Amino acid sequence: MRDFILKRVAALLLPFIQMYGLYVIFHGHVSPGGSFAGGIVVGLAFIAFATIYGLERGRAKMPERITTLTESYGTLWYGIMGMVGIIKGAPFLANKLAGIDLGTLGTLSSGGLISLIGLGVGIRVASTMITLFFTMMEEES
Amino acid sequence: MRLWALPILFIAALAICIILTAVAELPPYGMPGNPAHNQVTRRYIENAWEETGVLNMITAIVLDYRAYDTMFETIVLFTAVLAVVITLKTTEGKGD
Repeated sequence: MRDFILKRVAALLLPFIQMYGLYVIFHGHVSPGGSFAGGIVVGLAFIAFATIYGLERGRAKMPERITTLTESYGTLWYGIMGMVGIIKGAPFLANKLAGIDLGTLGTLSSGGLISLIGLGVGIRVASTMITLFFTMMEEES
Repeated sequence: MRLWALPILFIAALAICIILTAVAELPPYGMPGNPAHNQVTRRYIENAWEETGVLNMITAIVLDYRAYDTMFETIVLFTAVLAVVITLKTTEGKGD
């Protein structure tokens, strides 16, 4: 998989694929899609990069230090967003009950905590994909 | 066929009969009077946009109404990664 054409096409396409994944994550509450699908797209962009350019260069783009952080703090970010409800005197993971401004319907800033929670889930899913891939591939080599 | 396989076959046949009887008793698919179409569905469809401020109803259910469920889904992902890393990760030249 060290083809010249493949590498050039990947270099052209992969940035847009990643931007699309981030777009799906951030627009999960106003358009079809969501944080799970967007996280998968972002993770698969890294996996495609590592498959085409080799494991070492893929690891250089996403070093183990960063995947350890995202693995650990993705779920914790979700929990912190849940604690906002408790701090405001509402149940855990409350959104409207906690008195958070929901914004105008259909805009990017609508939904209160939902977009932030979705960001946590997206990071979580992307780092799961990346970590599983790199762990299995590095064990094989 | 060995003799001890007979009771196992009998139990399996009995379980299949029970499950098929339960399937025969299910309400017809897509009828409006089904127990699945209760007030919960109507509540989501009619009130999701003003209770969560979100246009995508799936996101409203997954990340607001059922946020606990999604939180533990992420913990399931975390546990899966933890198991794979513990099983496969090789420590290169560290200790024994």
